[in-house]
Amino acid sequence: MLEVAIKKQMPGFTLSAEFSCRNGQLVVFTGPSGAGKTTLIRILAGLESADQGSICYQGRTWYDSARGIHLPPKSRELGYVFQEHTLFPHLSVKGNVGFMQKNPNKVNALLRVFKIQHIADHKPHQISGGERQRTAFAQALAKDPKLLLLDEPFSALDSATRNRLQYELKKLRDKLSIPILHVTHDLTEVEYLADKIVHIDRKFPVPRYEQPKTENKVQSALKYFKSVAY
Amino acid sequence: MDYTPLLLSAKLALVCTVLLLLIATPAAYFLAFKNFKGKFLIESLIGLPLVVPPTVLGFYMLILMGPKGPLGKGWIYLTGGSLAFTFAGLVFASLLHAIPFALQPIKASFEKLDGRLLEMTSVLGLSPLQAFFRVVLPNTINGLSAAAMLSFAHTMGEFGIILMVGGSIPGKTKVASIAIYEYVENLQYDKAALMSLVMIAVSYAILISVNYLNSRQEINYA
Repeated sequence: MLEVAIKKQMPGFTLSAEFSCRNGQLVVFTGPSGAGKTTLIRILAGLESADQGSICYQGRTWYDSARGIHLPPKSRELGYVFQEHTLFPHLSVKGNVGFMQKNPNKVNALLRVFKIQHIADHKPHQISGGERQRTAFAQALAKDPKLLLLDEPFSALDSATRNRLQYELKKLRDKLSIPILHVTHDLTEVEYLADKIVHIDRKFPVPRYEQPKTENKVQSALKYFKSVAY
Repeated sequence: MDYTPLLLSAKLALVCTVLLLLIATPAAYFLAFKNFKGKFLIESLIGLPLVVPPTVLGFYMLILMGPKGPLGKGWIYLTGGSLAFTFAGLVFASLLHAIPFALQPIKASFEKLDGRLLEMTSVLGLSPLQAFFRVVLPNTINGLSAAAMLSFAHTMGEFGIILMVGGSIPGKTKVASIAIYEYVENLQYDKAALMSLVMIAVSYAILISVNYLNSRQEINYA
């Protein structure tokens, strides 16, 4: 379980977020550009610091402004996938997946799971956008992370590839028992993937909807967000 | 033709190139990735040898290296010998003069790196030193090679600053550029022409390599 309650002063507004995410749950952050979704993900990764609040994972404090605790990214054991440029350009697909994982069996298993064995020796610029993002997911999961952070991982892809990867992410979510936090602008993606939606907006004090089990509830949440923000 | 000055120039250039890479790489890393107040002042100071006449630099180096100068005193304390008019003195002076030629290409290649790649290294758990050797260096090796070659070529071609701090002691401080000057003064034009030709050939070969590396320096992210 990840528990987050943070505030950060941004230019012209205060980014404020309070939510929790259980293991195996996929929380989607939605909201317009510039609302602070990426900043929130970066705060969770430890790449930026909040101004106040706390972040706890399984009872362990990652960040606590009152106690002056701020764990560096490497102590948080994360998987992180950006929109693009997540991969190291000088390494092959296999080199990227095995960047922090020396066990060749594990690397080969990931290459198989993400269907990228056939391009294992290719460099990132030699493969398609979808293959790059598959590789990025394999790299992010190689060290068995405790939390998976996804910052618009599909937004640079064409719609067919995006749909396929969204389907694969949904299957992956069912297999992984870690919290997954996912930033997206795409409402269809929200509808398809979200167990829980956290809306980040400058105008509203973070309205939240939570209902992992029933699709209808997510649908009604979406209607609400469409009415207030889009 | 006496090849000793050419060999001495090559030795000086080699020693300086190695030392410059060791000094300029961390300095460039710091300047490329850290923002701090007064950064432009430091950058301007490092670039000063590009615009100040070598004789001016040489003059101040000579004062610093003299038996009463701090550098000269420190050297005497450490080694017992004087620094001015020695090979070690030439190395100090050349380092100062060539540092922008080493620093700028390295800094430029670091700045071309996508900052997110560096963030990725910290997310994946690498220390800054591991990140440097595993990610930064492999992606900026062309910039570092260009810096090494420019430093070598520039040190090979130095004249004014070397004349000021080294004089012309055969086998010790009489490098190729000084030897050419002396050949001309003594009207030995054939020797001056031959040595000049060697210098031009070496410099041209180095510049061709640098331009080739620069053309390949783009990092192919995707």
